[in-house]
Amino acid sequence: MMEKVAQMIAVTGAQAVAHAMRQIEPDVVAAYPITPQTPIVEYFAKFVADGVVKTEMIPVESEHSAMSAVVGAAAAGARAMTATSANGLALMHEIVYIAASTRLPVVMPVVNRALSGPINIHCDHSDTMAERDSGWIQFYVEDAQEAYDLTILSVRLAEHEHVRLPVMVNQDGFIISHGVEPVSFLPDDVVKKFVGELKPIYPLLDTEHPVTYGPLDLYDYYFEHKRQQIEAMKNVEKVFPEVAQEFFKISGRKYSFVEPYKLDDAEHVMVALGSTNGTVKYTVDKMREEGCKVGLLKIWMFRPFPKDEIQRYLTGRKSVVVLDRSASFGAEAPLYEAVKSSLYESASRPLLSSFIYGLGGRGIAIEDVEEAFEKSISGELVTDYEYYLGLRE
Amino acid sequence: MAEQKGWKDIPIGGTIVEAGSAREYKTGDWRVLRPVYDRSKCIDCMMCWFYCPDLAIIQEDAVMKGIDYYYCKGCGICASVCPKSAIEMKPETDFAEEG
Ligand code: SF4
Ligand code: SF4
Repeated sequence: MMEKVAQMIAVTGAQAVAHAMRQIEPDVVAAYPITPQTPIVEYFAKFVADGVVKTEMIPVESEHSAMSAVVGAAAAGARAMTATSANGLALMHEIVYIAASTRLPVVMPVVNRALSGPINIHCDHSDTMAERDSGWIQFYVEDAQEAYDLTILSVRLAEHEHVRLPVMVNQDGFIISHGVEPVSFLPDDVVKKFVGELKPIYPLLDTEHPVTYGPLDLYDYYFEHKRQQIEAMKNVEKVFPEVAQEFFKISGRKYSFVEPYKLDDAEHVMVALGSTNGTVKYTVDKMREEGCKVGLLKIWMFRPFPKDEIQRYLTGRKSVVVLDRSASFGAEAPLYEAVKSSLYESASRPLLSSFIYGLGGRGIAIEDVEEAFEKSISGELVTDYEYYLGLRE
Repeated sequence: MAEQKGWKDIPIGGTIVEAGSAREYKTGDWRVLRPVYDRSKCIDCMMCWFYCPDLAIIQEDAVMKGIDYYYCKGCGICASVCPKSAIEMKPETDFAEEG
């Protein structure tokens, strides 16, 4: 039983995450502001300035330094966080890999924004997709509530002894980060108890047991360390449901690798990441009223990619349309590629097609989702073809 | 070189969890040229000891005692700074027989 009642407050996605960070109260936060992540850092810096949290806040001169400071703090044995967007994430890139390969359990909310160029500040997933092989666990959230919940949950996932990997909690820039929604907040003490104390492995500050971080690692051991990272990602498949179950106990909210929506009898299914799932859900409801057997598979976790769930939910469907909010120039779009390869061994493969939409913050309307579904239903859908939703020819 | 371990038997993250492990790292097998020391020419000035970047000059009480080939990478600095030409760089292939 929950001891204290959860509070429902209208906040933006950025505020929701800043509050999650306030409740987690990491030892160190190093950050550099970038649109549209700025309000997260702004709200959190205010909690620090007002003495609400005891976190050591490091205002750095770049995102490369932000991630470097976080890596240093985490290696020292601190619980460390940062947040970023787009070009900030790109500037971190080098250290993003180092955080993962050094096995530092950092949690980083990312507010998705299109990578330059041309310069753009609005949402797409090109920024985090560029980090998909960095060794970080990646969540994509549908709304502010999920951003709040998964930020808290990720602390436990990242720090689990069989995982020890950093986590990115990705929310759509402006759409979630600046949109106001009701969010149910857990009581502070419940969150504090849930996240508990970080149990550092090999902390640099344990001077009784001196260790070396980041030494040269050549052909004799580098490969073995990569194999360990692969294994840690595999372990997420087991650990995440356990942590999600514990989170369910304190919040009543269930998280998994994917969220099936009206899939039971669905013949035509859409697969998507992020806030667009809300639009698709609305469209599914609308089209179901018109008698169309449509459904949605929302992907919460993109790394590690939930191959088993993809096979489980998509095998045997008539058609599957995969929505991507980023392109992979000269290859298939990231989500489409992952879904397609997951279905390779499937006994009964659905007709599969790729839809790229929403680049640089281009909106996706109910009509766009309907258009994609209608192509599926009418049998017009060309298998393995790349369509563009909402693009002018 | 110590026996190499499998991925399940090493600390995660490439972290080295004991101090001073570089001592076990044999850098001597990187050597292409070997410094060969001639005691008869040496005046124990310790220039080689000061300059050797790998602490491979062995000395006791400021007396030159030879070269530690376990660590010596064969850079040739000692030979170059020696005022008495008491160290000569020779190709490792000359010693191939010795292993
Ligand atoms: S060759 Fe270089 S490493 Fe070897 S003893 Fe001379 S100075 Fe030291
Ligand atoms: S520099 Fe030459 S003379 Fe001086 S100690 Fe070394 S070997 Fe001897």
